[in-house]
Amino acid sequence: MIKVSNLHKSFGKVKAVRGISFEVRDGEITGLLGPNGAGKTTTLRMLYSLLPPDEGEIRIDGLNPTKDAMAIKHTLGVVPDSRGLYTRMSARENIAYYGELHAMSRNDIKTSIEELVTTLDMADFIDRRTEGFSQGQRVKVAIARAMVHKPQTVMLDEPSNGLDVMSTRALRRYILDLKRAGHSVILSTHIMQEVAALCDRIVIIAKGRIAADGTAEELLRRSGSETLEDAFVRLIGSEEGLLA
Amino acid sequence: MSGLGTVYKKEVRENLRDRRSLFNSVLLGPILFPILFIGLAYFAGSKQQEQVEKTLEVPVVGAQHAPNLVSFLEQQGVVIQSAPMDPETSVKTQEVQVIIRIPEKFSEQWKNGKPAVIEVIADPSRRESDIPMRRVRGLLNAYGAQIGQLRLQLRGVSPAIQSPIMIKDVDLSTPQSRGMLVMIMLPYVLMITAFTGGMHLAIDSTAGEKERKSLEPLLINPVPRWQIMLGKMAATATYAFASLVLTLVAFRFAFPLLPTGALGVDLNLSANAIGGILLAVGPVVILAAAMLTTLAALAKSLREAQSYMGLVFMIPMIPSLIFMVNPMKPETWMMAIPMFSQNLLIGEFVRGESVSLLWLALSMGSTLLIGFVFVAIAATLFNQPKIVFSN
Repeated sequence: MIKVSNLHKSFGKVKAVRGISFEVRDGEITGLLGPNGAGKTTTLRMLYSLLPPDEGEIRIDGLNPTKDAMAIKHTLGVVPDSRGLYTRMSARENIAYYGELHAMSRNDIKTSIEELVTTLDMADFIDRRTEGFSQGQRVKVAIARAMVHKPQTVMLDEPSNGLDVMSTRALRRYILDLKRAGHSVILSTHIMQEVAALCDRIVIIAKGRIAADGTAEELLRRSGSETLEDAFVRLIGSEEGLLA
Repeated sequence: MSGLGTVYKKEVRENLRDRRSLFNSVLLGPILFPILFIGLAYFAGSKQQEQVEKTLEVPVVGAQHAPNLVSFLEQQGVVIQSAPMDPETSVKTQEVQVIIRIPEKFSEQWKNGKPAVIEVIADPSRRESDIPMRRVRGLLNAYGAQIGQLRLQLRGVSPAIQSPIMIKDVDLSTPQSRGMLVMIMLPYVLMITAFTGGMHLAIDSTAGEKERKSLEPLLINPVPRWQIMLGKMAATATYAFASLVLTLVAFRFAFPLLPTGALGVDLNLSANAIGGILLAVGPVVILAAAMLTTLAALAKSLREAQSYMGLVFMIPMIPSLIFMVNPMKPETWMMAIPMFSQNLLIGEFVRGESVSLLWLALSMGSTLLIGFVFVAIAATLFNQPKIVFSN
């Protein structure tokens, strides 16, 4: 359960986020949808306590990311926009490193990786060095290392960026599995089909503000549109930066 | 603290797989420097010996004015050559290194018992002329002294009368303290090694991690940032220290290979001296790791970090160069100057002196203090949000 109210963040003169509020419920997938540069990544960075907000409040299961950063980080699984791997280490070593950083026991890490290898279909490359991995393989490793400690809340920043169709489908299936297992999932994207296919609730962000917030049907009704695409364009006020 | 240990272990292990990192720590200090050393010593030694032992060939201008002197020189093994047309020019162009010129007035001055002038033409600013010139002067002085004694004896005067004082050298230098080349170069090499040994790891694990976009996900893990920073710094220090140990061991085996006959020195690095040097330079390793990590954290990219490293090379160089140009007698206050005190201490250890504990403590303490300042700066940099943003 995540509660965000009246979040603000500026970088110098640039106001990246100006007054964002929304809720993410357990067992649901919430999508942050908006054009590039709308403030999605900055919002997520404040949620996973990389950036302190200038103003406003965040509560993740009752904890404050600024004050209880360490406690929150134990409950979060994050696949950020930057997903560099260590190329001189195998995929397994990359994932195990994150398990150790979460102070997991060696046995727990081992069983957790075995499960992830099955669910993410990584058997072919799990013991290969990550040098020269395809985008799809890299995203799988980045997801696996974020999930190795079995977090309750999962945050994904533009997870399907650079993926081919097959990898995207596999990724969507995995995210739906997470929801079925009771995780609360928040993902940011600028791809409308992604929210349409996955999200229970949609938060539309434009120019650092919330443009609309609700289920797909609610958004359609509110904008008086036939299709989601029309609804988005109407709610944001322009077509700029959105991908069909 | 387990987070620190995890980061440390991963960085040490990952960099063992990196050829560039190994090249910096294992090859440069421990292998290339000793080879360079031995090579230089052999070259210098054999060149010197060659000049000392080589038959001296000297052109003499006006040999007919002093036939006795010329035959004395020949008895001493000098090969007398005919004089070139223009002696000054041929010395200037270095066709010959030394020429003796006996002026016409020589025999007249000689007969009248006045000091007879002999000219030695050479260019002492040419270092290769130095030894032949000194050999010629030595021979001429010997001839002068011999004739002087004979003249006094002819007049019934004891030759001892012209030596009112006699200088006797009491040589207090131990054989080790005479190895000047080594004494000057070794501290320099060791200080550079303390910096280069961990340099690649420091850049790669901080600026490199930033550039490869693996720093942001790393910082999302529940480990305080200062622990992540210290883990990387500790790995840097470990590589530098290992490089230092290897370098010292390499020199221990290299010293017996030095041409001692040529240098007139018998050098060796005892296990005690190695222990003392490691103790003295250990804090420099920590200071170097902290400085490197700070610079790497400041840099936005690998390339920028690498360009800072040229500056870093200067830091251990400056005190070593000052010491090289102006050798100083170690005093207590000097021990409070980081980098400089180690130069002096390494010298003391290699010379086989016992080093006062106060000196050692002052040197280690002052260096560690500056080191901790840099640790604090690096920790502050890591705590700023902008650490994750490359360009």
